[in-house]
Amino acid sequence: MSEYFSNIKTGTTTIATGMAITLKHFFNAVKRKGDAGIDDADYFRQVDGLCTLQYPKEVIPTPPHGRYRLYCNIDDCIGCRQCERACPVECIAIETIKTTNDDLAVCGKTSGGQQKRMWVPLFDIDTAKCMTCGICQSVCPTDCLYHTAVADFSEFDVRNMMYHFGNLSKIEAEAKRKKLAEQQAQAAKEKAAAGGAPAAKPAPKAAPQQKPDGAE
Amino acid sequence: MSSSPSLNTWSDALSGFSIGWFPLGLVIVAVIPLVFIALYALTYGVYGERKISAFMQDRLGPMEVGFWGILQTLADILKLLQKEDIVPTAADKFLFVVGPGILFVGSFLAFAVLPFGPAFIGADLNVGLFYAVGIVAIEVVGILAAGWGSNNKWALYGAVRSVAQIVSYEIPASIALLCAAMMAGTLSMQQITVMQAGPNGFMHWFLFNNPIAWLPFLIYFISSLAETNRAPFDIPEAESELVAGYFTEYSGMKFAVIFLAEYGSMFMVSAIIAIAFLGGWTSPLPNIGGLELNTMTSGPVWGAFWIIMKGFFFIFVQMWLRWTLPRLRVDQLMYLCWKVLTPFALISFVLTAVWEIYR
Repeated sequence: MSEYFSNIKTGTTTIATGMAITLKHFFNAVKRKGDAGIDDADYFRQVDGLCTLQYPKEVIPTPPHGRYRLYCNIDDCIGCRQCERACPVECIAIETIKTTNDDLAVCGKTSGGQQKRMWVPLFDIDTAKCMTCGICQSVCPTDCLYHTAVADFSEFDVRNMMYHFGNLSKIEAEAKRKKLAEQQAQAAKEKAAAGGAPAAKPAPKAAPQQKPDGAE
Repeated sequence: MSSSPSLNTWSDALSGFSIGWFPLGLVIVAVIPLVFIALYALTYGVYGERKISAFMQDRLGPMEVGFWGILQTLADILKLLQKEDIVPTAADKFLFVVGPGILFVGSFLAFAVLPFGPAFIGADLNVGLFYAVGIVAIEVVGILAAGWGSNNKWALYGAVRSVAQIVSYEIPASIALLCAAMMAGTLSMQQITVMQAGPNGFMHWFLFNNPIAWLPFLIYFISSLAETNRAPFDIPEAESELVAGYFTEYSGMKFAVIFLAEYGSMFMVSAIIAIAFLGGWTSPLPNIGGLELNTMTSGPVWGAFWIIMKGFFFIFVQMWLRWTLPRLRVDQLMYLCWKVLTPFALISFVLTAVWEIYR
């Protein structure tokens, strides 16, 4: 019998305590909870209050060292395709054209001073696939591929998740390709005219130019 | 029907009004509570509950439609109206369609005896309280019809639980209300309220008139939560176990009608508890010397204001409890009803009787 009454007592007191807590929160709803981060010393001393963040209208800024959306600074890209091979989900697609000697100056140098020897007409990152693992960033020799602090890049159409970073338009790429082919044909002809093992030499040279790195 | 000349003047005048053979006045008397239920369910019931629950959980609630989400309920109504009214092929068509109707009618019929102020009541029955307790039992039929007709295990389980719960909790609820009836010496809702009117405002209320009145008051309040299937007694519609209980299969306007019935009975039990223990439409303010606050705040319009405010207060307490307490287990529910509430209701019944004889 005493357990019966103590149960009722416990029930009453716990309900009263719970309701007091709920009512306290109800009246605290006129305030906003402070936005101190977990690393703030006052994190647990913030006022109680509404903690809803109305997201598109109010945003907690992502930290500047955040690693979210992948970005390629194509001006520094040398077209080595290491990132393409390193990517575990194959979200990077690259196409390169070897630069002809007279174009080397136009193609320019990286910010690190390295001569670029490849045009990169196609550098596509499928951000819908990218899982921000950062392997591509670690293998990039010129540090031109990195994750940025941009966290919200949602799209209505999944095709818009394909980011194009290539630095040549289609017409330009076609012109460069034609120029390279012409130059190669020229070189082959000259080699043949110079004589000495005419058939053996041009063939191995031509093959890597068509499929520069991926063939290995 | 009316017993005092100053009571029920508006509703009596309305019920005498007819165009030819058509009793238009009677229709208006019935329409007023109906419109009230719809308006209150729209504003305070849905929007208010969403906001209150949000604030209690440190959230904001609906914010997008209109200023602070004020038009959210209208948007929801438009959505419900456009929804396809699905009747499952395996359902018992008749019961499935008729269930929500019975449910709503059951909760609406009790509004006939709720006095909305001294001048307005649907029907001033001399057995008003008894009628209100009895007619609500029709809801059980509606719930069982809906649950059985759905031909769905969740719905049937919800219906069975709900029926067991409502039938059990009617016993402590009725005994607790009997205490109020004993204090008043009548079952007429208007007379019970008149007994609690006086120049001292809340001092005349049964709750403060009798040293043990708080016990039946509390017991009736707890039982009314169970009867309206509100948390913590919402095991008939326990989302985590039964999807939505007896209205799992309902969509569109039938779903809306079930919701309206729930909000209707929420206000109904809140109004009954206000009438039985907190003086119904009487003003809580006392006359202090020459400052006649009670006289100033009495009258037909003030009466309607007070009863609606008291009802809303108890609905707020219901919401408050809902967002505080977790759901009871079925055995705990029955334990609370049969082993705690019923004995205490009987004790308070006896004590009230003794008090009424010897005070």
